Amino acid sequence: MKFRRIRKWLPGLLLVSPSIVAIGLFVYGLIFWNTRVALSGKHDEVTEYGFDKGKNFVDLWDQPSWPGAVKHALLFTAVFVLGALLLGAFLAFLMDKGIRGEASFRVIYLFPMAVSFIASGVVWRWLMNPAPPQRAVGFNQLFDKLHLGGLGNSWWQDPDWGMAAMALPAIWQMSGYVMALYLAGFRSVPEDLREAARVDGASEWKVYRYVVFPQLRPVTLSALIILGHISLKVFDLIMAIAGKQIITYVPAVATYVEIFDRHDPANGATIATYMLVAVAVLVIPYLVWSVRSERTR
Amino acid sequence: MRVRVPRRRWTVFAAVAMTGALAMSGCGGDGDKGSNDKSEVEVFSWWTGPGEADGLAALQADFEKKNPGTKFVNAAIAGGSGTQAQAVLASRLQNRKPPDSFQGHAGAELLDYIKAGQIEPLDDFYDKNNLKSVYPQQLLDQISYKGHIYSVPVDIHRSNVLWYNPDILKDAGVSGPPKSIAEFITALKAVKDKTKKVPLSLGAQWTADHLLENVLLGDLGTDGYNALWKPGADWGSPAVTKALGDYAEIMKYTTLEAASTDWQGAAKAVVDDKAAFNIMGDWAYGYFTGTAPNGLGKKLDTDFKYAPSPGTDGTYMWLSDSFTLPKGAPHRGGAEAWLKEVSSKEGQDLFNPKKGSVPARKDADKSLYKGYLQYAFEQWNKPDIKLAGSFWHGVNASKKQHTDIDTAVGLFLQNKDVGKLQQGLVSAAKNSGQ
Repeated sequence: MKFRRIRKWLPGLLLVSPSIVAIGLFVYGLIFWNTRVALSGKHDEVTEYGFDKGKNFVDLWDQPSWPGAVKHALLFTAVFVLGALLLGAFLAFLMDKGIRGEASFRVIYLFPMAVSFIASGVVWRWLMNPAPPQRAVGFNQLFDKLHLGGLGNSWWQDPDWGMAAMALPAIWQMSGYVMALYLAGFRSVPEDLREAARVDGASEWKVYRYVVFPQLRPVTLSALIILGHISLKVFDLIMAIAGKQIITYVPAVATYVEIFDRHDPANGATIATYMLVAVAVLVIPYLVWSVRSERTR
Repeated sequence: MRVRVPRRRWTVFAAVAMTGALAMSGCGGDGDKGSNDKSEVEVFSWWTGPGEADGLAALQADFEKKNPGTKFVNAAIAGGSGTQAQAVLASRLQNRKPPDSFQGHAGAELLDYIKAGQIEPLDDFYDKNNLKSVYPQQLLDQISYKGHIYSVPVDIHRSNVLWYNPDILKDAGVSGPPKSIAEFITALKAVKDKTKKVPLSLGAQWTADHLLENVLLGDLGTDGYNALWKPGADWGSPAVTKALGDYAEIMKYTTLEAASTDWQGAAKAVVDDKAAFNIMGDWAYGYFTGTAPNGLGKKLDTDFKYAPSPGTDGTYMWLSDSFTLPKGAPHRGGAEAWLKEVSSKEGQDLFNPKKGSVPARKDADKSLYKGYLQYAFEQWNKPDIKLAGSFWHGVNASKKQHTDIDTAVGLFLQNKDVGKLQQGLVSAAKNSGQ
């Protein structure tokens, strides 16, 4: 009797235990270690770790490069998330209207996601080169050739709004993914509901506004979370386009610079902890919400 | 079911292979085979680019000829002019698995390794091989830390070189390369007013750091510049303020798209008739004159010319690649043989013409160095030449100060605020940990 009970749960446990151990060690173990380093006074390779009561978390704000990094990350996140959501929803809307050759358009829009940021970043660095007309390349050259020279601008090298331009490649890359999410959402709304609305005399816009979109709140939320955590952690795109320059400094780049260039593990770990917290603020409420809604189902 | 059997066999095979690999790497890590093991030498560098890789191969061939019993293992890591390699190196040193010898810029860039006790002082090595008399005394002084020398310089590069386009200068009515910072600013203005070219081409943020060290040297003079890197140096002085004011003025004449270009793009603008001036280290010469695909195949004197960067004639702002002896090197005997090779006259004369640099030793063979290198060679060996270390290229700033200056310059590129730049430099010096 007892043996049978063990047979019921043991194989399952054995099956998942390697991944539990691996995740425990390499994810939660390293998160713990990172937090421990962040709370230490190890600002070079020689000092002992010690404990300095979270002083790093305060001191970081006095570092001249840090407030800019935060500002850049927030601006990038805002433009990228909004841009990708709107563009993705718009593309999905067009698809949903039954465009000819929908399948191939879907592939075309989804495909950029298959390219890594580090590769597309190189191309976007050329496209978004801010050189004036006589040396222009990329978009500025295109605008110039089309006699739209007035549209030429300094892209990501604008000291105030540069990070908004930096979000363009990310929008281009991720909007197809958002489109796929929304398209699946649109398709899951029963045709009966739309028919009913139309019979009641709703215009096509109103059908989407009052019938379809309200049912897509879970989709929007998932997309928001996924895009949000990508953008708070953005690293490869920035490194490919701008490298480690202050003008596009973001927290992930700062972590790299602190650890590998400044040889300051404690500061690097502090920034990493801030990033983890920022993403957690986004993800944990979502997890709580999705667990709850699964239970009620 | 039948499908599964081979799959399981695969898993077993993979597991065995993994264990084997782990066991082998475990063996490789045993570094305690007696300190004078000469059977092998693992040399860690970032010399993978054109020229430098050829130079390393020439060194290796000469080394193998002289040390037939020693196996040479080339552990070069490509990418980011050493930044990739340094990240790998840091983790190897922390895990106490050092290579037998690793490349590092001579000077303060090695400070972190010295303080962490990861590399050994080489005073005995210098004495044993009579090296103290063959290197310039100023060089040895500038790479010593608390009276000890920790690395063996192989090559010398020059940071303070002004590259210019003679045709654009003629169009702008500028008679020759400017001799002082003030003349430089006048020349930049003339180019801006009279031609449609870029007065001074600039690349990504680090090239602005490179420009900063050249402007500081040009304005403060060699002694004033060198004093900036002593403990307790005064970065808040009016002389520095004036130099930074000039720096800000010069910045007004630079390329708009600077942040999108690395040094190659900025240097290329000069030989492509797009920019009048560029200040870059002498590795640009190899890039200008080398053949495609690695060089531009341009001609000295017709396509471009060079001069000391403004206000720095008579001073050699140097940087140097050097090799070290890590503590706990598994093959110490091999490492010492390698250090002997890179410090030898033959070794340096084999390596440097290929790399496009000059030997650090004073007694090298002059006839091997042509074109710009002949000039560099003569300058380096001139009896009354003054030496200043390049901070950006690792000679006199610790990693912290180096990064903090870079940050201050990066912020300056955005806000153009000279006062804040100076403040940033002052606190960078204060927090340098030197």
